Amino acid sequence: MSPSVPLQEMIRAIRSARTQCEERGVIQRECAAIRAQFRQTDNGGRSHNLAKLLYVHMLGYPAHFGQMECVRMIASPRYSEKRVGYLGAMMLLDEKQDASLLITNSIKNDLSHSNQYVQSLALCTLACMGSAEMCRDLAPEIDRLLRSSNSYIKKKAALCAVHIVRKVHELGELFVPSARSLLSEKNHGVLHGAVVLITELCERSPETLERFRKAVPDLVQIMKGLVISGYSPDHDVAGVSDPFLQVRILRLLRILGRNNEAASDAMNDLLAQVATNTDSTKTVGNAVLYETVLSVLDIKSESGLRVLAVNILGRFLLNNDRNIRYIAMTSLQKIVSTDHNAVQRHRGTIVDCLKDQDASVKRRALELSLALVSASNIRSMMKELLIFLSSCPPELRAHAASGIFNAAERYAPSKRWHIDTILHVLTTAGGDVRDETVPNLIQLITNTSELHCYTVHKLYRALLTDISQQPLVQVACWCIGEYGDLLLKGECQETEAVQVTEDDVLDALEIVLQSHMSTPTTRGFALTATMKLSTRITDNVDRIRSIVSIYGSCIDVELQQRAVEYNALFKKYDHMRAAVLERMPVIQKNSLGQTNGELSEEPIKESQPGKVKQEEMALPQQPAGQVCDLLDLLGGSQEPLQPSSSVGGSASAQLTAAPASAGGDLLDLLGGFEPTPLVPAPTVTVYEKNGVTLTLICERQSESGLTVTLTASNSTDSDISSFTLQAAVPKSVQLQMRAPSRDSLPAHGGAKLTQLVVLNNPNKVNLKMRIRVSYTCQGSVVQDTVQVDSFPGL
Amino acid sequence: MRFLLLFSRQGKLRLQKWFVPTSEREKKKVIRDMIMLVLPRQPRTCNFLQWKDLKIVYKRYASLYFCAGLEEHDNELLALEVLHRYVELLDKYFGNVCELDIIFNFEKAYFILDEFLMGGEVLETSKFAVNVSMEQADTLQESFKVSYH
Repeated sequence: MSPSVPLQEMIRAIRSARTQCEERGVIQRECAAIRAQFRQTDNGGRSHNLAKLLYVHMLGYPAHFGQMECVRMIASPRYSEKRVGYLGAMMLLDEKQDASLLITNSIKNDLSHSNQYVQSLALCTLACMGSAEMCRDLAPEIDRLLRSSNSYIKKKAALCAVHIVRKVHELGELFVPSARSLLSEKNHGVLHGAVVLITELCERSPETLERFRKAVPDLVQIMKGLVISGYSPDHDVAGVSDPFLQVRILRLLRILGRNNEAASDAMNDLLAQVATNTDSTKTVGNAVLYETVLSVLDIKSESGLRVLAVNILGRFLLNNDRNIRYIAMTSLQKIVSTDHNAVQRHRGTIVDCLKDQDASVKRRALELSLALVSASNIRSMMKELLIFLSSCPPELRAHAASGIFNAAERYAPSKRWHIDTILHVLTTAGGDVRDETVPNLIQLITNTSELHCYTVHKLYRALLTDISQQPLVQVACWCIGEYGDLLLKGECQETEAVQVTEDDVLDALEIVLQSHMSTPTTRGFALTATMKLSTRITDNVDRIRSIVSIYGSCIDVELQQRAVEYNALFKKYDHMRAAVLERMPVIQKNSLGQTNGELSEEPIKESQPGKVKQEEMALPQQPAGQVCDLLDLLGGSQEPLQPSSSVGGSASAQLTAAPASAGGDLLDLLGGFEPTPLVPAPTVTVYEKNGVTLTLICERQSESGLTVTLTASNSTDSDISSFTLQAAVPKSVQLQMRAPSRDSLPAHGGAKLTQLVVLNNPNKVNLKMRIRVSYTCQGSVVQDTVQVDSFPGL
Repeated sequence: MRFLLLFSRQGKLRLQKWFVPTSEREKKKVIRDMIMLVLPRQPRTCNFLQWKDLKIVYKRYASLYFCAGLEEHDNELLALEVLHRYVELLDKYFGNVCELDIIFNFEKAYFILDEFLMGGEVLETSKFAVNVSMEQADTLQESFKVSYH
């Protein structure tokens, strides 16, 4: 068995090990020796062995086998062994270990030891790792010690009591009387301990707080004594007498004066005195001033004192010492909501701190600046914040960006400013903005119709410079897709005109599509934008067609689906393309909230072609009889009329955002849709019978195409259900009936029913239409027919 | 105060005092985080940091970093004074203290700390009283040793 090496030699040996491996070897040998030593009963070097083990533990190696040794050493009569034993207990044992219970008895004995240093060891250990049971067990003993005549013991007992109260709140009651009497002590250590204990008791129990309010005059007296007393070498720190005690008393006064007029009055003069007399050239004086300011701002102080406190903070802000500036901003942050104007006065200095080199100071300055933004200073503040954003450390970027967005939203002086600001943020910190920024920005843009041209020009230019910032690219793609026609027109009031050709635009979008920097979402945006442009440009539709078909075999499933559907739109449903890819309606804010923002628009477009395929297969056929009926009625007309298939039309009706489109989800989403403004067409009433009115509006869409909007309403007293319209037109005219907006008409014109009929008259024959109305009213089925021969507005 | 750590410029721990019960894993994690937070700091920057819900106050003395974790209501500037006072006490005890003193006499460093702070609060505000207690306790330790040998 190797002889035990005294502590310092071992440390030397460990330190001289040149590699980690060597060190481990030395430590393993030592630990083995220590374990062997532990097994022996008694030798003079026991404390050395445990100390060695503690050193090894500090290096990070396991030392749990020393726990029992700690217990044994604590029970030893030798002070040296007790000392190391207790140290070991504080380092190796915590309340979760079983061994900690074993030392309870030793602690109890040592608390009543004749020697104060032994007592202090026990007190210290109890305060460090005493569990709740140990605390409950030994609390009366601690209380007894609080009343002893020995200051050394009293001060330790006081802080031990603090620990007990923190562990077992109910025991606080036990210590109240002794705590009160300790306030009359002269010894600073005891006094300090007493103040800490009282603070703890008051924070835990409102009744105790009430009782100790009576002690405010005493505390004020003690503070006064400290502040105006002469130099005391024992407690002086750079001209301030016992700053530790002063700060604790100030904190206790804060707790006692909170929400209490009387107590706050009693301490008013004192606080003013401390605030004015304390030397603020050194950190220690500023520590006391800081605590004073916190107290003044928290209690019900009079306004003069409050102003004094805020001015002190203002002075702190101008201090060269970064620490002082940091805590000044922390404190100002706490009062920015209550004393907003006072803090506003220091806005200039705070904004300057944004440029400080230190990251901690920058963070505080950012928080405070965001809190100080108001309607009056928004322009100048935003300038500063944007400058900050371009040079701020990466960990603060996201916070800064979202703060700027909030401020812009609340106080934007004009829409254009708002859009400019958001674009600026996206270009500088686009990677750090939150996801909902993109839909929010798009919503903002659609709402600002007068700036569409300006916005799309700006975004296009931004897209050309940099496509790495995903949110920016997404918004830019969306806008180009939507307002591409404005971009191509070239002229724009708000910004210089730039000639943009269709090829340029398509090039830009293709670059985004192919770039490896673009996320799948961004690619989706770009593809849809390209598709939308097919109706807004004239020359390069083929190019778009080819782009779209390429992506039909893309690996990314989302893109592939879109491409396939858009392809279908080109091939089979070309006639619907214009309607499908119309301008989007203005997005209402509340509908965004319901339907997950921008993303919902995309799926609608995608599901539409999909639905077409489904609907076609599920077409319920009109009973042939009814159709023939219609034809029979016509009998001797020159041109046989073509029966309509309102059901056939209903499938396609799901697609568009036309006013008479299918109800339900689509209408909810596109809530505030207004049909594109046309020359108001005359409304003709074509049928009016039994309270049912049918009106017709005819609008020419193109050379041979026109739409007829039928509107039905019910002015009777009873509801009408199963309301359907059928239409027949001359043979050469193509007819499509869109799905009606509803199939029932509530009484008293509660709601109107609209149905759109799309006609194509390539041969330009004389247009006639026969409409059959059928509905159920009061249980009976009614059918009627009307012929329309003239269409005003044609 | 929740904890007090001393570590060297190379990231070696020299002293650790925990004022609230913490598991071994937690302790290791905190030590690692503190070292990573404090060591890269430039000189003449702010001595205060925010870490989770704690305020971290650190000060570098020669080759040692003194790092304390404070709770919300603790006074940061006073914590700087506390750290400074501890260094003064070590200096008085060891006579011109350096890192090696603390390495080779780590248990003494703990004893001094236990005379100055308890339960995360300042125990004794007088400079002299702490050193007087230490001297007396050391004498007691020696006398016991003598009597048993």
